[in-house]
Amino acid sequence: MAQASEKYVLRLADNILILGQRLGEWCGHGPVLEQDIALTNIALDLIGQSRMLYQYAAEIRNDGSTEDDLAMKRDVFDYYNCLLVEQPNGDWGKTIVRQFFFDTYHYYLQEFLVNSSDQRLSEIARKSFKEVAYHAQYSAEWVIRLGDGTEESHQRVQSSVNDLWTFTGELFTPDELDREMQEQGIGPDLDVIAANWNKKVNEILEIATLQIPEETFMQSGGKQGEHGEYLGFILAELQFMQRAYPDMKW
Amino acid sequence: MVTEKTIREILSEVKDPEIPVLSLEDMGIIRDITISSPTEIIVTITPTYSGCPAMDTIADDIESALMEAGFSPTVKTTLDPPWTTDWMSEEGRKKLEDYGIAPPQKGSHNKRSLFGKAPEVRCPHCKSMNTAMLSQFGSTPCKSLYKCQDCFEPFDYFKCI
Repeated sequence: MAQASEKYVLRLADNILILGQRLGEWCGHGPVLEQDIALTNIALDLIGQSRMLYQYAAEIRNDGSTEDDLAMKRDVFDYYNCLLVEQPNGDWGKTIVRQFFFDTYHYYLQEFLVNSSDQRLSEIARKSFKEVAYHAQYSAEWVIRLGDGTEESHQRVQSSVNDLWTFTGELFTPDELDREMQEQGIGPDLDVIAANWNKKVNEILEIATLQIPEETFMQSGGKQGEHGEYLGFILAELQFMQRAYPDMKW
Repeated sequence: MVTEKTIREILSEVKDPEIPVLSLEDMGIIRDITISSPTEIIVTITPTYSGCPAMDTIADDIESALMEAGFSPTVKTTLDPPWTTDWMSEEGRKKLEDYGIAPPQKGSHNKRSLFGKAPEVRCPHCKSMNTAMLSQFGSTPCKSLYKCQDCFEPFDYFKCI
C-alpha cells in the first residue's frame, strides 16, 4: 500500500499551520466582529487539519516524536511551507488575496487527495475538503466585494494581487518529491492543479474587475526549506513556550 | 453481563461541552463500542470539525463517565467515514432548535461545491423563514451567523458538512 514520505506530509501540514498562525494574528483586530470571527474560524479549521497531518507524519517518523514535537521543535530550515502563506497579513485586502490564492489551490489539492493512494491522506482529505470548500467560497466572495467595491478597495486589492502573484508559481512547480508522489498516485499532477487554479482565479478576478498580473518572475524555495525573513518571526512566536521552557506541558 | 446498551445509556449522559443540550448520541459521533472484557471498554468516536476544540474534552468526558461507572475505558478516534451533519438524530435537531440554534438541514446540497446559495433557514425563535445569513462563520467552527428579518433576533445556524 502506498505511503507518503514524511517530508511530503510535513509540506501539507506546514502550509496550513503557518497560514493558520498568520490568520490568528487578526484575532481582535478584524475590521468588524463577524470578519474577525470568520478569519479565526478558518484558522481553527486549518490548524485542526494540520494536527491530523502532524499525527500522521509523527507515525511515519516512528521514533517516538509527537505532533507537538513536529510543530514546536523544528526550526526554519526544517519547515516546508510555501512562501505564500508566510507573507505578512498587510491590510484586509492583502490577507484576503493571500487567502484566495491559497484556498483555491487547497481546494483543488484536497479534491485530488480525497482519492489519494495513501489511505490515511485520503481519510484526512475527506474530512478537510468540506471545510476547505467553505474557505474558498468565503475568500473568493471577498475578492469580488473588494475588487468591484470602492476606488480605494479596488486599488488596494489590485496592488495585493500584484505583490502576491510572485509567490503563486511555487505551488505548481513540481520538484523531485512532488513527481515521486505523483507517480505513486499519492499526490496530484501539479499541472492539472495549476490549470484548475488559473481558470478559477481568472474567473473571479474578472468578476472582481481586477487585472491578472503579467508574466513575472516566480519566487521559490519554501517547500525545500528556504524561506524569507518572515518565517523566523512566526516560529519565534508560535514556539515561544517550548523554546523558553523546553518540554513544558500545559 | 455488560451490554452495549448499558454503555450507551451511560454515554447518553455525556453532553457536548459547547452545546450542552446535545448528547454524544444525538450528535452521531459515537462510531463503535467494543466490550473486550467485563470491565474494558473501547469507545470509538469521530471528530466533527477538524479544529473543534471540544473533541479533547469529549474524549475526557467519556473516559470519566465510564470510569465512574467502574469500567476501564479507552477512547479511540476514527476519521473514516468523515462525520456529517446528516448523522445528527431527529431528536438532536429538535433539541437544538428549542435551544435557539437552527439545526442543520438534512441531505443538503453538495457539501463540497465551491459556490451556492446560502441555505434557507428557519428562525428558531419565531419560526419565520424570512431570514438572512450575516456570516458564513459563527461563534464556533460548526455554526454560521443568521438574523431573522421578522423578529430581528440574530441566531446561530448549525452549518452542514
